Amino acid sequence: MGIISPGFTGRGRSGSDLPPGQYLTQDFPVLSAGPTPHVLPEHWEFTIATESGEMHRWDWAAFQRLPAEEITRDLHCVTRWSKLATDWKGVSLDALFEDVETAADFVMAHSYGGYTTNLPLEDLLDGQAWIAYQYDGEPLAAEHGGPARLLVPHLYLWKSAKWVRGLVLSDTDDLGFWETAGYHEYGDPWKEQRYAGD
Amino acid sequence: MSADVPTYLDGNAAAGALREVFAVDLTAAIGKCTGCGHSAVFAEAHVYVDAPGMVARCPGCDNVLLRVVSTPNDTYLDLRGLTYLRISNTP
Ligand SMILES: [Zn+2]
Repeated sequence: MGIISPGFTGRGRSGSDLPPGQYLTQDFPVLSAGPTPHVLPEHWEFTIATESGEMHRWDWAAFQRLPAEEITRDLHCVTRWSKLATDWKGVSLDALFEDVETAADFVMAHSYGGYTTNLPLEDLLDGQAWIAYQYDGEPLAAEHGGPARLLVPHLYLWKSAKWVRGLVLSDTDDLGFWETAGYHEYGDPWKEQRYAGD
Repeated sequence: MSADVPTYLDGNAAAGALREVFAVDLTAAIGKCTGCGHSAVFAEAHVYVDAPGMVARCPGCDNVLLRVVSTPNDTYLDLRGLTYLRISNTP
């Protein structure tokens, strides 16, 4: 037995860590359904709109003053690649929701460029989701969703909206961009919920 | 970083997938955008294929003209961004 096991270094994790139907990749594929928005931090704004229409806003400076967390999580894309132990820095949605009064069950995430994706609110809270603005110690590149993206790593990566600009709370589970075109409304990679009806 | 290199292909890239749905070649068809009213041959659309589905966008305003998602059982075709597709009756 080697002195340093693969598990100790965090490298060489095996396929048994992967959800069904996924393969391991070392690079970070860029998927995009449109032109890459280039949003300067000074023009960036993040909003949470409640079901009663109350708006909560953060500009970049206010957002940066919120407590940030270092996050290491596996990513699973519905196009079947998975990337393990990716390092991010971001603000927990728990911090952003601290002063938000809501009884809504569902959220539509909206992005610069028009992308949308729907999630249950409970999947964004309790340390499960972040607005991430650093990847691997660097400011998040535009092609990966910078200046900031939603990060919900326990669901397929299309739920982690790049270039996120706001969340709209709702009592109804409306469908987002890919969910209206055949993708699963929830998207749990461990249950292989790729397509509607899976 | 290569952010300013276009990441789209032209409408011909969508021809294969669309031929399976329509049984006609749509690349010469004229599409009118619901976003800006621009009409152009479909071959001029900007087509994004590195995504969970295929997305064709208006070259004038980037509005989504058409989406195609192929699942194991079904093909989803969303044409809501097109006011019309004009397909010539004469080959
Ligand atoms: Zn247009």
